[in-house]
Amino acid sequence: MNIDSKRHIWKNYQKEIADDHYFYLRSCVRQNFNPGAETTFLRIMKDVLKKDIYDDPAHTTCTGIGYHTDVVPFETIMTVVARQLALMTEKGYKNIAVSCVTSFGIYSEIFETWEHHPEMLEKARKYLKQATGREFELPDNMAHGSDVIYKFRKEIAAKAKYKLINKNTGRPLKVVEHIGCHYSKMFPHKGVGGAEYPYVLVGMIEEWGGEIIDYPERRHCCGFGFRQYIVKANRGYTIANSKKKFDSMQPYKPDMIIVNCPGCHVFLDKSQYAISELDGITYGENNLGIPVFTYEEVAGLILGFDPWDIGLQVHQVSVEPLLDKIGIPYDKNKKYLSKDGRFLGYPKKPEVLKVIL
Amino acid sequence: MGKLFDELAKDIHLQDGLNACINCGTCTAICPAADFYNYDPRQIVDIVQNKDDNQIEELLKSDTIWYCGECMSCRTRCPRNNAPGLIIIALRNLSQEKGYFIESEKGRQQLYIKRTIGQNILNTGYCLFMEGVGTDEHPEQGPIWDWRQQNWADVMERLGANYQKEGSGAMRKIPHEALKELNEIFKVTGGHERFERIEYYSAKKAKEMGFNPDKENNNDYVRYVNTTIEKDHHSRTHSFTK
Repeated sequence: MNIDSKRHIWKNYQKEIADDHYFYLRSCVRQNFNPGAETTFLRIMKDVLKKDIYDDPAHTTCTGIGYHTDVVPFETIMTVVARQLALMTEKGYKNIAVSCVTSFGIYSEIFETWEHHPEMLEKARKYLKQATGREFELPDNMAHGSDVIYKFRKEIAAKAKYKLINKNTGRPLKVVEHIGCHYSKMFPHKGVGGAEYPYVLVGMIEEWGGEIIDYPERRHCCGFGFRQYIVKANRGYTIANSKKKFDSMQPYKPDMIIVNCPGCHVFLDKSQYAISELDGITYGENNLGIPVFTYEEVAGLILGFDPWDIGLQVHQVSVEPLLDKIGIPYDKNKKYLSKDGRFLGYPKKPEVLKVIL
Repeated sequence: MGKLFDELAKDIHLQDGLNACINCGTCTAICPAADFYNYDPRQIVDIVQNKDDNQIEELLKSDTIWYCGECMSCRTRCPRNNAPGLIIIALRNLSQEKGYFIESEKGRQQLYIKRTIGQNILNTGYCLFMEGVGTDEHPEQGPIWDWRQQNWADVMERLGANYQKEGSGAMRKIPHEALKELNEIFKVTGGHERFERIEYYSAKKAKEMGFNPDKENNNDYVRYVNTTIEKDHHSRTHSFTK
């Protein structure tokens, strides 16, 4: 299939994305593992795009990881979601912007269920009232964080200081895009471009100067598998499935991986270390691995944010080779500093995977 | 129609996940779990669709239903709009309802998940609360995770989080009132009941397996189910399991 045919397909899956006034719903994975990505997202929304986005202290986990490890029943999670919507309603917002792909899948599933089984919506209203006294409205618009950045990709490109171009060769960087499974595999119409040819990250990369790689296992799961990662005895599932993707993308020599899911970022970054220790295999160039970024991190980088303000120092795979290719300046002496400038020490070097400290 | 199937049929996941399966095997071909484990979602859908109670009971007591990663890739590719992943959720729900989950190694892991993810939700308002959960438990997180753990609060502050403080922001302290509401939701909607059921059946099984469930809150058994592989579960076909 040629590229024009693919573009035609994704055009059938356009979705409406609100253009301002968002109620922000944070991600449990992102907040623990990669809090700088959410900080960067809010900075872009508020400082660069001048949008109104509200971060409510009283919102909680959606319980999505509990639901997909089957310890939280559907009735419970839909009522927790109803509570988040009650907070949105009380604060006068009508659009939700969801940080997490698992949560985005949860909201998609619950809204679909309420649409097709109205009795479940009534149950959610009853449970929420009984448990908290709160009431809620359905949102006018639901967008994932990556949808929002996709919507404003041209505005970001217009303000960008850098492009996804190798400054030495003048060629576009070769980018692997990885979409979290729960973004659109269950409900293709909820995602930009659907499930087979999602356009949400492709649109950003093309707009910002990069070139997308198509490879056989492009749509394969990162390997999270919820209980398969959380339980120690099952974790080989995660590493083996990540490896399947790396083995498939490696021949195309990607410069970087970009993801829209908090979990996928953790697993595609950390599994490269685990595979190197287990099998002595590294991917990318010079045993340095393939650097993995979230879409907000990439947006922040091209806008000229300091890489250590974005939080790239908490990645296991070093980002410096990619920064060098683009020509983004960084101060290596500031990588491991606290907010008040104290040196926090260096992380240890892995045995096989090469890192830049 | 069997009695167990009748119970499954009440679950909204089965209603939304099972139409007429044509046994084409597309779900199995693209399933990450089928690549790794000795697992065949096509067969599971076929058993459920045939409504044979004996076979369904066998499934509910087996490791098989716990191999799925709920990625839902099957939903996208099924030509008849089935979702084996949703059928799995219904089977797991019933397995826990009946107490059958303790009859398999992978099913018994539910206690570990309840004690970690489940308790995190109720105690902190987050599914994950990773301070102190280091590379002993997660060696695959690498040396950067050791560095994170050694400098947890400093790195959180550096990256703009509001770690365990009042107000908004990443990893803020979820207000007491919000946690109270979350607990009340669990009470009203059957969340607590599921937790109690997992604890009840697990204590029974721990005793049967020679653990003392009264000791240390049954932690020996929790450690055992989290770390022990009792038999070979893997697919023989894929290169990464050779």
